Amino acid sequence: MGLLTNLKDSISKVTDRLFADSEPKRIGIYGPPNAGKTTLANRIAIDWAGDTVGPESHIPHETRRARRKENVTIERNSQTVTIDVVDTPGVTTKVDYKEFLDHDMDKEDAVRRSREATEGVAEAMHWLREDVDGVIYVLDATQDPFTQVNTMLIGIIESRDLPVLIFANKTDLEDANIQQVANAFPQHETVPLSALEGNNMDEVYDKIAEYFG
Amino acid sequence: MPEAKPTNNDGAPGDEGVQIDLISGARMDGLASMEKIRLILDSVRDGKIVILEDGLSPEEESRLIEVTMSEINPDGFTGLEIETYPSTKPATTSLLDRIMGRESTKKLTVIGPANQIETLHKDETLISALVSRK
Repeated sequence: MGLLTNLKDSISKVTDRLFADSEPKRIGIYGPPNAGKTTLANRIAIDWAGDTVGPESHIPHETRRARRKENVTIERNSQTVTIDVVDTPGVTTKVDYKEFLDHDMDKEDAVRRSREATEGVAEAMHWLREDVDGVIYVLDATQDPFTQVNTMLIGIIESRDLPVLIFANKTDLEDANIQQVANAFPQHETVPLSALEGNNMDEVYDKIAEYFG
Repeated sequence: MPEAKPTNNDGAPGDEGVQIDLISGARMDGLASMEKIRLILDSVRDGKIVILEDGLSPEEESRLIEVTMSEINPDGFTGLEIETYPSTKPATTSLLDRIMGRESTKKLTVIGPANQIETLHKDETLISALVSRK
């Protein structure tokens, strides 16, 4: 029974994708908090749709709701790809409101932010299971990529057979270690960039067109 | 499961120490996904460290994160710390195996309260963690 169910789900997934080709693919931007996901989403949206997706901040969990920018058409040399960019809250397994108190927040605001953050993480997981067709996984290249959140999320993405690109962000910072990111997930292509400075965006858009076109 | 109570040096029940539950793959195999998640979360919320012989499937890990988020509350449960080895060989299973759901997800997994377990080092072959009392 389990085998039949799995087979049915897999066939359903494939046919859904085949017949959904006319719809823009929903590409989820995932990663841990403060990796630069919204900065990247805004960079893509400004470059190709002339608009932003959401506010950016150095305070963790600034993005607490998934936000979708629809019909972003990216043109490359020989390819045009139209995608919906879904900027998601940073995924974590723990949220402690006390960490927000270090960012000039009073307790009431910190508690509210932490509650919204937990809802946002749950929402991001739901999108990943149900509603995205591909994933851009953003990592801060100055941080250790061997974290459990990264391991689990990449595992979940792989188990769903979703195309995934890993972006090693913040290459403008001195401590950035692109090779360390590449070594952490050697089964996937790693693209270095600085979403903040706009460095290496040509390769970023080439890869998006190649993987999600 | 019989509950082992933490004891003092003289064997009397006490609140010293940290309880560690090592749960076999055979025991987890008999549980539904939500039962596994409930077992883990109830243990972790009690301050226990849970070590799973075979770990969870990606789908179960996804649900675990989601349910964990719904149970976090200020000045109470702040979430969990979970560690497994990174998977770097997804291609070892055939396409047919993956279609038929025979993909192996077995991986030793350590789960504990976020405020009691801290990962010191992790790479493809080693997880080093510091466990403290509350």
